[in-house]
Amino acid sequence: MTPWLWFALSAVALFAVGLHGLFSSRQLVRQILAANISASAVLLLLVAFARRAPSGDPDPVPHALVLTGIVVSVSATGVALALARRLRVRPPGSRRR
Amino acid sequence: MTGLERLFDLALVVGLPVVALAVLTAKELRAAVALFLSLGLLMALVWARLDAPDVALVEAAVGTGLTGALLLASGLAAPAPPQLPGPLAQRLLLAIGLAGLLGAVGLGVATAGGDPGLRAAVLDNLQRSGVTHPPTAVLLNFRGYDTLLEAIVLLVAAVGVGSLRRERPVAIGPPGPLLLELVRWVVPVLGVVAGYLLWRGSDAPGGAFQAGAILAGGGVLLVLAGKLSAPRLASLRVRALLLAGPVAFLAAAALPLGQGGSLLQYPPAWAKALMLGIEVALAGSIAVVLLMFFPALAPARSGR
Repeated sequence: MTPWLWFALSAVALFAVGLHGLFSSRQLVRQILAANISASAVLLLLVAFARRAPSGDPDPVPHALVLTGIVVSVSATGVALALARRLRVRPPGSRRR
Repeated sequence: MTGLERLFDLALVVGLPVVALAVLTAKELRAAVALFLSLGLLMALVWARLDAPDVALVEAAVGTGLTGALLLASGLAAPAPPQLPGPLAQRLLLAIGLAGLLGAVGLGVATAGGDPGLRAAVLDNLQRSGVTHPPTAVLLNFRGYDTLLEAIVLLVAAVGVGSLRRERPVAIGPPGPLLLELVRWVVPVLGVVAGYLLWRGSDAPGGAFQAGAILAGGGVLLVLAGKLSAPRLASLRVRALLLAGPVAFLAAAALPLGQGGSLLQYPPAWAKALMLGIEVALAGSIAVVLLMFFPALAPARSGR
């Protein structure tokens, strides 16, 4: 078994863990973490596929796609956290704002 | 491929899902975020093993560093009541569904061949792209359309976060002397590193995204120390910086139209200059967008 295949299968397992966390958690921040983990798993799969040729340079097109993917997923996380902050129920007696 | 390398790869391959499971089952949210940061470190090691240094840079700076800082700064890591597991039937269905998904996708992955992909096509056309680093050529030239749309997605995210923000920034304590000294020493270095990565992006791993993320990190330090006020969407300067990247990209994309070419078909003689200009503008916009994701903080003035 070649290394890229190991990492690709690890990515599949990582995706399943993230998906499980997304569906089985009821806390917003945990769901955001789980979605991030699943997104990282997909990106790992792409980069592993870029390394399929046994020698020479890796395929640069998936690398560019993954770079875009990381930045877009951080943007989504940023907006999700801004929404979560607005939705937060403040516990009684807290001093913030 | 030595035995030690195989062992290292195996440790990473097994470690990733295990640490991810730890992230999602941690009792306290703060522990979960800390584990998430270590997962990011493991991912950066994996990118290095897969010969993807550009991805490793962006993952470390943006994917892990910035996301972790955002999670901690969101103030949502307060202790929460433990959650009860759902009904048994639901959990069983979820487990079976995931096992099925795992099996199907794993099978598809395992039977994929050793195809080198588009590597040959990119390397053949590299000298016409204006840069010598293949991922940069793909990002800004061959697949420039994707990056252009990504710049606009960033703009949309900035508008979204800016409109969700409350009017008054959160008051926090005055910056300590250690933070002020750190800012004096570290922020100029961050500026130099960002500029260096931006310039080197044409020949080596680097580019607008890495530079923008590092500038955003410097911006966060400045906001915490009270030297910079958090960017507000209402400010004209912020709007100008946000628009600089997408507008520069659109201008460069539309340039060939006047000479009978199609969108994004840079004339080869100008390609390098155009791409560098786009990257500079884009790095500035990325830095402002990432900085805007942080909640507005107003450190109290330290008495002197």
